[in-house]
Amino acid sequence: MTRQVLLKDINVPGILSYEVYRRQGGYSAVEKALREMTPEQVTEEVKLSGLRGRGGAGFPSGLKWTFINRNAGKPVYLVCNADESEPGTFKDRYLLEHIPHLLIEGMILSSFAIGANTAYIYMRGEFRWIFPILERAIAEARAAGFLGDNILGSGFSLEIYVHPGGGAYICGEETALLESLEGKRGNPRLKPPYFPAVMGLYHCPTLVNNVETLATVPAIVNMGGAEYARIGVGKSTGTKLISASGHINKPGVYEIELGLPVEEFIYSDEYCGGIWKGRKLKAVVAGGSSVPILPADLILKTAKGEPRLMTYESLAEGGFESGTMLGSGGFIVMDETTCIVRNLWNFTRFYHHESCGQCSPCREGTGWMEKVLHRIEHGEGRPHDIDLLDDVAKKIEGKTICPLGDAAAWPVSSAIRHFRDDFEYHIKYPEKVKNPKHFELEPLVSRSHLATA
Amino acid sequence: MAKVTIDGIETEVPDGTTILNAARQVGGAIVPPAMCYYTSLKESGGNCRVCLVRVAQTSSRDARPLPKLVASCSTPVQDGMVVENITSPAVLEARKGVVEFLLINHPLDCPVCDQAGECDLQDLSYAHGLASTRYEEERRTFEPVDIGDKIKLHMTRCILCYRCTYVADQLTDERRHGVLNRGDRAEIGTYIKNAIDNDFSGNMIDVCPVGALTDRTFRFKSRVWFTQPLDAHRDCDKCCGKVVLWTKGEEVLRVTGRKDKYGEVHEFICNECRFERKSLSDWVVEGPRHINRHSVISQNHYEKINLVALKKEVERQIQFQKGKTNGNNPNALQA
Repeated sequence: MTRQVLLKDINVPGILSYEVYRRQGGYSAVEKALREMTPEQVTEEVKLSGLRGRGGAGFPSGLKWTFINRNAGKPVYLVCNADESEPGTFKDRYLLEHIPHLLIEGMILSSFAIGANTAYIYMRGEFRWIFPILERAIAEARAAGFLGDNILGSGFSLEIYVHPGGGAYICGEETALLESLEGKRGNPRLKPPYFPAVMGLYHCPTLVNNVETLATVPAIVNMGGAEYARIGVGKSTGTKLISASGHINKPGVYEIELGLPVEEFIYSDEYCGGIWKGRKLKAVVAGGSSVPILPADLILKTAKGEPRLMTYESLAEGGFESGTMLGSGGFIVMDETTCIVRNLWNFTRFYHHESCGQCSPCREGTGWMEKVLHRIEHGEGRPHDIDLLDDVAKKIEGKTICPLGDAAAWPVSSAIRHFRDDFEYHIKYPEKVKNPKHFELEPLVSRSHLATA
Repeated sequence: MAKVTIDGIETEVPDGTTILNAARQVGGAIVPPAMCYYTSLKESGGNCRVCLVRVAQTSSRDARPLPKLVASCSTPVQDGMVVENITSPAVLEARKGVVEFLLINHPLDCPVCDQAGECDLQDLSYAHGLASTRYEEERRTFEPVDIGDKIKLHMTRCILCYRCTYVADQLTDERRHGVLNRGDRAEIGTYIKNAIDNDFSGNMIDVCPVGALTDRTFRFKSRVWFTQPLDAHRDCDKCCGKVVLWTKGEEVLRVTGRKDKYGEVHEFICNECRFERKSLSDWVVEGPRHINRHSVISQNHYEKINLVALKKEVERQIQFQKGKTNGNNPNALQA
């Protein structure tokens, strides 16, 4: 059984409430930190733990904390990025919904470490029903003396506010999130000069961290950074929540120890339980819709033939040629009947809809890609469309203000790289693909891409 | 001060200068184009991505190149930075891509667009664009709307540079328009059809790099290259009063702010000067305006006009106006 850090108490009845959470040892990290530790010591433990940002980029969290300038003479803010809207990712929602006190405890510790007296939870607009859950948890923590003025007599004060967004994917980009939090249109800011650690919320130093990242902090403080770092492999320390979805027997949120082989994750009964209906695996999107898609042979083994592990490094092995990214942990599994073109069209439609429209390549390019993909998928594609699509994706990638452009371009480039046969099939048999279930009727067997358990 | 090398040319600029402005100090072909950056509008820039350049060396301390192309209008130089603009194939390729993106939803209606001849996008498409389009889908279109009685908005032509919103934010009391919607459905609008009416709203027309915002008092009066631009000024209690008159014979067809060679106005003018003073007698004419960026206008050779004769003509016009108000016979002056 995997060591559980975040979800160990998730099945305890009533864990939503303060009493039960407290009885399970909740808020002991806050007591430990505020009574026995200095802010620097908390930061040091997080650095020791090797914790990396769980929102997708995987940047070392402790290092990020040290970028905050506490002596700028301005207030410091902590912002929790709860705008989880990446297709295929639903792990933060799980935490917020079922164990909100874990996040609040993590936020108290993080605020203490960086010297923030005000913290915000920027919550995705569609999570409307979670809003009262968080508000209630905050009120309970406040009543118990863990929020408000002079917490536990330490002289440290903190208020946490929940701010529901309007439901825009772009507001998950940290600078767009800050704009939105300030009450403006959620357009990403330019970096430079607007690095949140220096010029963040209201132009003050601001730390923006993902829900899962912050929720991991209490465990790190409790067990110590060095102990936490013993979980996992190499630079991928600790546990990670994976939202598994798609054609598997047991979709859901799983906490895994980083370093678990991908094959075990897909086929073991402890996790996904194998491909449904006894079918074969065709492809996996390993880290949320924006990371490159990999065919079955490359997701189970790297190009060198080594088993692929669930770590930041192993999944990225081979670069984008034969690798992908751990991203936010949105693990989407596709069986042999899946049409990669249709799936890609769906993803691209999402990015087209969610592009903020601020910079030209993303604004115009995402719509263009969607239209070309729509054409191909509906049997109206032309042979040159595949190269056109690839070229448009290349002209978006790396040219935009924020990573949304990359997120829209990577799936397109990788799908063409690994599944060109799927695209060519669509051009060759326009009449067959006009039926949306074309590959369900007649799976496309291409090269060595299919894998069985 | 920071030493920076742009396309092999070394220059020294104050710390904090952007790459674009450093290149402008050098001048010539190495200056990246800019569609959204506007010197006198704070916060502008970064959106259009035509000014992308490659940083081959970050600074004298860090010899690594930056991983991505950067927007030269918003990236400050560092001492020892090495920048590649027209010497980098990757930059030219990216720029070509951006121009193509800007053109997929931009109508090629230059023959009926008032901006033709002084349009940044027109210049760019000649320099970097393709002769044919790869975009076969339906284009985004909007009906033109009047925002007030002086300004026409052709949203179809807009490239969303955001300059006009900065004008409203920074020059006028209250911004009444903005960007509505998202992605390629984003549009400049007033939400509930609203007139934009304040003393400096006309500057939105000057800052617009394309023909999205045009002067209703000038629409379809003349192609710009058939007009003669003259520097002129008047005493104005609202603005600097320094303008360019776009004339045809004795008729003032249009009044605009003075744009520098990068198409930027540094001293904005009020709506009274722009829309209400359309007579030569309202103005002290300084001389012909030299415009070198838009070759199509300069080809008119207007600079050879006889200044002395022109001044006399203006004088005559003034006397004529005075005569009319006094009820005298204007022909008497000529006697």
